[in-house]
Amino acid sequence: MSEGDGRRGEKAGAAKWYELFSRGARDWLRHDEKVREAVRANLPEIIAGADVINNGARTVRVPVRMLEHYHFRLRRSEESQGAGQGKAKPGDVFSDPSRQQGPGEKGSGGREEGEVQLLLEFKVDDIVDWLWEEMQLPNLKARIGPSEETDWVREGWDRHGARSRLDRRRSFKEMVKRRGNPGATPNFIDEDLRYRQLARRRQPAVHAVVFFMLDVSGSMSDRDRKLAKTFFFWVVQGLRREYRSLETVFVAHTTEAWEFNEPDFFKVSGSGGTVASTGLLKVREIIDARYNPGRSNIYLFYASDGDNSVSDAQDARTALSSIAADACFTGYVEVSSGLSRQLATETGKIFAELTDAGCAAGSYALNEFDDVWGAVRHFFTAESNAGEAARSGEPAPPAGSSP
Amino acid sequence: MSDDWQSYVRRMEEHAAASGLKFHPVDFEAVPDSFMMEIAVYGLPVRMPHWSFGVRYIYQLIQRHMGHSRLFEVVFPGNPGHAYLAESNGLAENILVTAHVLGHADFSHNNLLFRRCQEQVSERIVEHAANHARQIQAAIETHGAQRVEATLDAALALEQHVDIDQQLRRQRYPEYAEDPKVLADDSFRRRFAALEPAAASAGLEVRKRAPVPPHPERDLLWFVANYAPEMESWERDIFLAVREESFYFYPVFATQIMNEGWASYWHARLLREADFVPQQAYLDAIKCHSDVVRPVAAEQQVSLSINPYHLGFAMWEKIVERDGLEKARHIMEQDDDFGFVRNYLTRELAEELDLFRYSARSDGQIKVLDAELTSLHEALLAPKYNFGAPSVSAAHVRNDGTLELLHDTTVDGRGLDLERSRKVLDYLQKVWRRPIILTTANQAGSTLELTAP
Repeated sequence: MSEGDGRRGEKAGAAKWYELFSRGARDWLRHDEKVREAVRANLPEIIAGADVINNGARTVRVPVRMLEHYHFRLRRSEESQGAGQGKAKPGDVFSDPSRQQGPGEKGSGGREEGEVQLLLEFKVDDIVDWLWEEMQLPNLKARIGPSEETDWVREGWDRHGARSRLDRRRSFKEMVKRRGNPGATPNFIDEDLRYRQLARRRQPAVHAVVFFMLDVSGSMSDRDRKLAKTFFFWVVQGLRREYRSLETVFVAHTTEAWEFNEPDFFKVSGSGGTVASTGLLKVREIIDARYNPGRSNIYLFYASDGDNSVSDAQDARTALSSIAADACFTGYVEVSSGLSRQLATETGKIFAELTDAGCAAGSYALNEFDDVWGAVRHFFTAESNAGEAARSGEPAPPAGSSP
Repeated sequence: MSDDWQSYVRRMEEHAAASGLKFHPVDFEAVPDSFMMEIAVYGLPVRMPHWSFGVRYIYQLIQRHMGHSRLFEVVFPGNPGHAYLAESNGLAENILVTAHVLGHADFSHNNLLFRRCQEQVSERIVEHAANHARQIQAAIETHGAQRVEATLDAALALEQHVDIDQQLRRQRYPEYAEDPKVLADDSFRRRFAALEPAAASAGLEVRKRAPVPPHPERDLLWFVANYAPEMESWERDIFLAVREESFYFYPVFATQIMNEGWASYWHARLLREADFVPQQAYLDAIKCHSDVVRPVAAEQQVSLSINPYHLGFAMWEKIVERDGLEKARHIMEQDDDFGFVRNYLTRELAEELDLFRYSARSDGQIKVLDAELTSLHEALLAPKYNFGAPSVSAAHVRNDGTLELLHDTTVDGRGLDLERSRKVLDYLQKVWRRPIILTTANQAGSTLELTAP
């Protein structure tokens, strides 16, 4: 077969077409893209999953299954027959755990090929962007306008300037304009050169501080705290989009209150009763000590199971209204671990009164991880409405409680 | 690795021809492992892009990293045939693989099913597939990746639903139904016609439009490409391209046991009878051979699947030993796996190979059943019926364009997986563009209709 030999000789040396790119990798990337689209479509459910948030990281890891390209298949039968090989006698019984179906998944995938799980990493910023598109959350309105700070910005051109600010493109254009004749050799003269100018401009800089207050009394379970954490995490992401500088303050309380840094905050667990006013007073104290309500936009989000001691009601009410008067928004999430009391608690009542009084406040009952998005949506829509109303001088519409 | 093996190719070809193998010339090419893997994933050296191949690619990559699968060669029938050998093969492996490839070349040149499909598809499937890939690339540029992908989602989901008993370039159904009753030309007719010639002939003018399809149609790719009410021509082309590739894949699928067995039989025999292979290379090659044709389970173990190389090899050895080479060649030409297994997997051989039949329950319990030969044949062949797909056919197109699909639950014994079927209907609906109704059976066996949208 001399022809074959000849072709072999001729091909040697030159780069083969199949070495130039990998079609498998190309199609794999497309699959990846599709997974990302699918994840994006179901973002709230997936992201709300408990373990997606790594502390401090700017990415979120989401476990996903490989996509399946569907074909017509017969339903899985209770019993299927096959042919095998080996020393086995009729009546022998084996068990093959790989064929077992998990209790949760009904008849999908599993046995065909070893199930492969992918761990996709998403940028938190991307996710927040998607969510804003997806949920059509209104942008937050700052109550306190921009403070005036100045900054250098580029503005206009001049014929004189530092060499480093020479705008080549612009200079070239000037040269072409002057020359008029397309045929001639390009030559620059001093009049052609343009330098970028800098000017001092006032920059709006909006400050915000968010207080996260968490009830860590004995009645709050690990799961409750985790729910609160997930919620807080996304609130921070949302607010961070809106404010150039955002400070967070973490306060935990039982019958007394402490300020924590972020990593410790979520690990705290206390015991004993709940006296919400201690936490609220702590917040008040921090505001007075560090922030000027006239200069910063203040947010307070409080997560609790709502079991405030009855004797504390009056103190808590006073403390809360004093904060609410200075805050852009105060939100209360009730993490009640499946108990269906939904906001009919002591703390719930206090916040409801606040809302009724026309303050920018809202409440939401958070029972499941799936609800986290509902809560975020609820607060951000409510906050924006409240902001609008406050600006136009009318009483805010009552921010409704959760469905 | 040097190119030493190439010097053996010519000698092996001569040796094979002298042993009675008849084949088209084969182009041998050593390629990197990465490319071997892609060929295994796509089934063809160059094929249309689709994300589902990406999924297979990753599975393949994982398997390779776990050391599970190793590919020595891939061969494509044709004139000339194309054989790709892995660059990582040693000399002995390549000598063995060359002989193996020639066995395949002999098979695909002489087996009737292969010949028929090659007559349809032409002997240049590799080039055709590359051409399809180019066309689809052009379609992506004109119509956008999303629309092309939606079409491919549907077409590739139906890739097993072809009717290879039909022509590849198949005519549309006749437009009109044939008149069922041909009027007898008797004396009465003649006198009647003489009475009023106009009336008599007018009756014959009335023709009835044939229903579409005139009979349940299982060639779904063809049917959709031809009768979808609002499909664009480039979409039809994609459906027909996928169909053509399915025509190529069918014989590979339906003769796997025979074909791999035949190639293994011949590589063993050619090597044994070759006087030009150095001793050491021969020993290495035979060791490699026994790895390839060994049962899935080692001795004293039990395996729930059967290595087709092993089964085919054992069957051909038996057949040649008992009936002679001429008879074996005859069988090779005439049969596919269905006939081959049913006719030549005898009780003695099944016992010798320790084959058994089992039933597996969904809780993972597996029970070995009695060694009844016919049932064993069927257990082996069951995954191969109808290109391995449920028998779904197009039953009717309503006046409003609604497509009625019918799943034959009596043939398949149970209904379709509903979740997957719904997804397939969703794919298909995007190109059919009118409602689709699929009739199948539910868990209890009663009729169930799925609809899209």
